[in-house]
Order: sequence, then C-alpha cells, then structure tokens
Amino acid sequence: MLQLKCQDVSLGYEGKTIIKHLNFQVGAGDYLYIVGENGTGKSTLIKTLLGLRPPLEGEIEFADRLKPTEIGYLPQQTQIQRDFPASVWEVVLSGNLNTTGLRPFYKKAEKERAEMNMEKLGILDYKKRCYRDLSGGQQQRVLLARALCATGKMLLLDEPVAGLDPKITNEMYELIQKLNQEGITIIMVSHDMAAACKYADHILHIAHKPLFFGTKEDYLKTDTGKAFTELVKMEAIGEDEDD
Amino acid sequence: MIDRLSLYFQYPFVKYALLVGVLIALCCSLLGVTLVLKRFSFIGDGLSHVAFGAMAVAAVLNLTNQMLVVFPITVLAAVLLLRGSQNKKIKGDASLAMISVGALALGYLLLNVFSTSTNIAGDVCTTLFGSTSILTLNLGDVWLCIIMSVVVLVMFVLFYHKIFAVTFDESFAKATGIKADSYNLMLSVITAAIIVLAMKLVGSLLISALIIFPPISAMRVFKSFWLVMAASAVIAVVCAVAGMLISILAAAPVGATIVAVNIVVFLLFSLFSVVVLKQ
Repeated sequence: MLQLKCQDVSLGYEGKTIIKHLNFQVGAGDYLYIVGENGTGKSTLIKTLLGLRPPLEGEIEFADRLKPTEIGYLPQQTQIQRDFPASVWEVVLSGNLNTTGLRPFYKKAEKERAEMNMEKLGILDYKKRCYRDLSGGQQQRVLLARALCATGKMLLLDEPVAGLDPKITNEMYELIQKLNQEGITIIMVSHDMAAACKYADHILHIAHKPLFFGTKEDYLKTDTGKAFTELVKMEAIGEDEDD
Repeated sequence: MIDRLSLYFQYPFVKYALLVGVLIALCCSLLGVTLVLKRFSFIGDGLSHVAFGAMAVAAVLNLTNQMLVVFPITVLAAVLLLRGSQNKKIKGDASLAMISVGALALGYLLLNVFSTSTNIAGDVCTTLFGSTSILTLNLGDVWLCIIMSVVVLVMFVLFYHKIFAVTFDESFAKATGIKADSYNLMLSVITAAIIVLAMKLVGSLLISALIIFPPISAMRVFKSFWLVMAASAVIAVVCAVAGMLISILAAAPVGATIVAVNIVVFLLFSLFSVVVLKQ
C-alpha cells in the first residue's frame, strides 16, 4: 500500500532551488535508502518530508492515514545532547508528544507504549539511567525507541550509525532490519553504500538532481550504481592496505 | 541574633524584600535550566546589560515609570538575540558580546552626560549591583513580582514536557509537531521580563548568577531533567533566603551575598559529585 508519494517536487529555501523534478514513492513496509554526497539536498528533503518546510513546487502526498508528524524521526545527535541530564525514561516518553496536544501530562497508554518500545529495543533495564552516561550505541537505541513512540508506520533515520564503531554499527543495522521485517517502513538517509546494497529494497540517489529511483537490483545495473560499488570495493581494499 | 532578625521583620519592606527575592530566584533558576542546557547562559548576561542601558535612557528622560522603557527594549533585545543565534553572518556569541558591552557603555555615557542627579556614581553602582534598592520596593513591585512568578510557574507546569523536548532535541520536537520556535520565543520574552524584575534584587551585573548557578549546581549531582529542575528551584530558594538573612545581619550588599552563597553551594555540590559519586 502506498504511504508517501513525491510527484515532480522541487526543493530549496529562500527562493534557491536545490533539487528539481524529484519523483519517488514509498509503500508500506519498504526499506528505502536515500543516498548522495553531502550538501546535495538530503537534509532539505528530510525537512520537507517531515513537513517543516514546504516544497517549492509539486506536492508530497501522504496516504494510508499517515501524517508528517507521525513519521518517527531519528535526527543526528547534537553536542547539547551528549551531556544532557535526562533519564532514558524521560527521553523515550517524549516521543509521545505528537499525540498529547495541549494536555500537560502523559496518559497510561502512552507510558505503556514507551515501556513496550524500550523492551523491544532491549533498553528497559536502562530506564532510570542518565542518557549522557550511556554508550553511543545505547544512546541510538534510546532515540530509536523514542522515534517508535511517535510512529507505528514509518521511521525516517538520518545517518543513524554516524560515529559508531563497526560492531555496534552492524547491530544497529540488524535492529533496523528487524523493525522493517515487523512491518515498519524505513527511510534511511546515509552515504554508507555498502549497507545500502545489503539492506535496502529501494534506492533514491540524489546529487542536486534526482539521479535514480527504483529497486536496488536495478540501481546496481546503472552506471552510477556500478561506479559506487567500484568505489566501495576500492575503499575496502584501501582500508585493508592501511591495516 | 534571632532578636535582631525578628526586629527587622517587623518592617514591611524587609518582608517584601524576602518575598520578592525568593520569587525572583525561583523563576531565574527554572528558566536557567533550559538556558544553560541550550547553551544560552550568556543571554541572561547580555539582556541584563541591555536593561541597564534602557534604565539609563529612562533616567535621562526623567520618566516616573521607568518600566515603560526598560521592559519593551529588553524584550526586543531578547527576541533579536535569539534570531541572531540562528543568523550566521555575525556569530551568536560575538553579536551577544557586542550588544552586551555596547548597551553598558552607552548607558553609562548617557547617565554621565545628561543626568541631573548629583550622585551619578551612586546611581550607577545601585543599578549595576542592586545594593539597597531591594529594600525600597513598594507594594506595586511586589504584586508585579507575584504575578510574573505565577506566570512562569504556570508555564512550566503546563508546558513542562514540551519544554523538555525542545531543550533536549529541537529537530525531533519540530518533527513531532511542536512549535519549537514559539516556545523559544516565549522563553526568551519571559527571561527578559524576569531579568528586568531581578535588577532590583541583585542589580544588572549579577543577575546571570541567579540564572546559572542553581542549575549548574543541580546538574553536578542529579541525572534526570525533572530532578535537575526541582533541585535547581530548591537550591535557588535556599540560597536567596540564606543570602538575604546574612546580608541583613552582616550589613552586606544583598545581591553580592546571594551570589556568594550560590558559589558556596556550587562548590559543595561539586565536591559531593567528585567524592561521593566519583564523576
């Protein structure tokens, strides 16, 4: 079932266009990787999908009763968070804020939701721990649990493995794949091509203009896809030589 | 000592001073938690200097109600400073420093050139360090303080979870539909209002101590947002009461004594966190 559709959308801000003629769609249960170099409009696309910035042209349609505020968002970590005195419980619970409206407290159902998601991600034991005392991987799990509180349908992840070591990175990818298999749509913004090739079923490649949108299999047959996979191989060789 | 205190407390202005002092310290500490965590500690400092400059303008214009000038100018500065921190042309901290010292210099210049007062040095000292102005509060000032404190407390009760979300992670808060910019605006306007009120208590140079010290002390020991908020409020109230009582007994300046007590509490909390919590 279709959840999100971008039709001939142009993105940018302050009258400056960054990407033109963007076309793609996301169906329920898809695993979409949005790849591209830095500064090519990935973060503008994220803001537009979340409804924080209107597209310059075209329209983004939401279907399957999905609203922009119901996308579970995992932003990149900021410096402020790293030494923030908050308990894990407080952070996860704040994922429910898109349903509270002006109500100044959380209902029982929202607290149970938070506990359920913490259990799902294996962080229930850290409930009373301080967020800043956790390791990078544990912090990402906390933020993922918070994002799950905000959604039952779609997660939008912005470079979720940045700064994590390889083992934790793998665990994080496996966890996200598990969530996808349970039926949650994943939109992953990343430049980790190796992971994209491994996990994605669709790929959107942007570089100031939409280069490609389609399934992973088709992407790997295109010239850019081939070039990218070559690059990944070469980087892998380069890293081996460094060792 | 008790006799002397009970003697002092027969005077209504001493009671007013204590009430206003506690309320202002409480509001400053609550706002302080979010300001410190958002790396806006210096906004309090900058705004208080702007308030000093505005006060000088009001004094030169010989206004009977100085608040009519001081309040709007300080609120405007608060809004501009927040906008400025998103504008990249002049870096946030540099623009803050510019406004801060600029207002201080212009204020002092205006007072010196145009003031009709015979005791300029005394006036400046009172505005900068508060000295005895807290003992000259009238009933109107006290009510204004009570109303502002109620506004701040109600705001924190109603919007506590949203304020947490906006402070912890603005991107996520915006994505879940929270109007983060409106909350930032609300916080900065209220901060400006509290600073204008607090000038009477500790003077414009020492206000940021009331904003910064209680949250920082609380953060040394407590590890959840809720406990930091609560502890910060308690620390602020205890320090304000202790500081004012000491200053009355020792005939010391009120503002500086309150800040000194805050410093002592901060050192005690730091010691506790190093020795007991081993952080």
